[in-house]
Amino acid sequence: MATTTRPAAAELATTKRKRPWFIELYGTALGKKYVMAITGIIGMLFIVGHMVGNLKLYLGGDHLDVYGEWLRTIGEPALPRTVFLWLLRGLLITAVVLHIHAAWSLTRLNHRADIKYTNRRDFIAANFASRTMRWTGILVGLFIVFHLADLTWGAANGDFIRGAVRHNMVHSFRRPPVAITYVVANVALGIHLWHGAWSLFQSMGWNNPRFNQWRSWFAWAFAGAIVLGNISFPILIVTHAVTY
Amino acid sequence: MDLTLKVWRQAGPGTEGRIETYDVPGISEEMSFLEMLDVLNDRLIVEGREPIAFEHDCREGICGSCGMMINGQAHGPQKGTATCQLHMRKFSDGDTIVVEPWRATAFPIVKDLVVNRSTFDEIIAAGGYISVTTGAAQEANLTLVPKAVADTAMDAAQCIGCGACVAACPNSAAQLFTSAKLAHLNLLPQGQPERWDRTVRMVGVMEQYFGSCTNHGECHEACPKEISLDFIAYMNRDYRKAIVKNRSLIAQP
Repeated sequence: MATTTRPAAAELATTKRKRPWFIELYGTALGKKYVMAITGIIGMLFIVGHMVGNLKLYLGGDHLDVYGEWLRTIGEPALPRTVFLWLLRGLLITAVVLHIHAAWSLTRLNHRADIKYTNRRDFIAANFASRTMRWTGILVGLFIVFHLADLTWGAANGDFIRGAVRHNMVHSFRRPPVAITYVVANVALGIHLWHGAWSLFQSMGWNNPRFNQWRSWFAWAFAGAIVLGNISFPILIVTHAVTY
Repeated sequence: MDLTLKVWRQAGPGTEGRIETYDVPGISEEMSFLEMLDVLNDRLIVEGREPIAFEHDCREGICGSCGMMINGQAHGPQKGTATCQLHMRKFSDGDTIVVEPWRATAFPIVKDLVVNRSTFDEIIAAGGYISVTTGAAQEANLTLVPKAVADTAMDAAQCIGCGACVAACPNSAAQLFTSAKLAHLNLLPQGQPERWDRTVRMVGVMEQYFGSCTNHGECHEACPKEISLDFIAYMNRDYRKAIVKNRSLIAQP
């Protein structure tokens, strides 16, 4: 058996010289799963920050607008205005692109490997969330484009004033179809997060029998907090509980 | 009990297959699922028809050859049980039972319910062994293994390589098989010298044939040995360490 290991080890060494190790790693399915998990964590951190920032809506007055302006000035005077914000945006865009590319290529691999049964599989452990990840993912992706058009670029918002965060938000969410879109999209996001927030621990190999139960508790708590926080904005605005 | 069986019949590799229906009357609930198929095959032979081909060997749940998809569940409805240990008392009189072979690109059908699982052998050949110097066996007590570690390694070593994990997985991934085969060596002192190299090699071969893990957990439910999903995490951890920390360079055999 010992002799069989030598030529293969030589092969490994030559392929390593061709491309950097992280490109090689991304070429493997397990490597793509690490990328899914890490970019997922980046997305989760952003989502928490995004929701906590938006909760300033409930402080009233111009708290939310001041916060929005502060985001543009982080890093000043060491960095010029909005530089830090753009670095952050760059990181997020990279994460989203990698997350989608890895998902797309893993899905293709899985479709190639799987043959359908005549009599469908009777699923026991697989749940709605785990089996609809790619669909909830697409839904959230489309929503992000709409969300940017609505509250960042202003194209989907008739009365958009740049920098007037509270005004834009209230004006947008007063439209019932928009409020419903936000609620539906955030429920999809919650379902996606619920499986993702547990799954990432397995993908990264973070497993310890002492803490394994905490992983699903964390997934419940995280997805629940994000959904409740995020859907509260459109619901409270569309019902006029929160006004200009 | 009287049953109706819908069985996948396929003459050979690459040929068209179809579901055929058989009435199977007079089955005792004490029969195993394979004995029920034996009864049907006896009748088919007497009638001059081709018997249903299915793989079987030990019929005591330890050889791993008898896997089949029964009503959409790998090895049928009883948890932690191989098809040969599944008894007809798990079904009721008048039931219609659909029996199909494992389906995955990596498991081509040989005939009827028999699939070729040699892709599993390729994964094992890539690193599912330890290299030992031949000669007199060393004193066994020189290499101490903590009880908990020995137990966990034994849990992983229970894998019989039946392929139910792949059959049940919506992605036809072989993560549970590969991780179990890795863990029972990687946990023990004897497995350490080749640990990182073994992980990279076996995962590499696995990915050539099988899908990727999306953490559904179907494999664990289907496994006749109830191998834990924890082993998949251990494999992901070891692979990450082997690549990112490049430990295979230190641990070359």
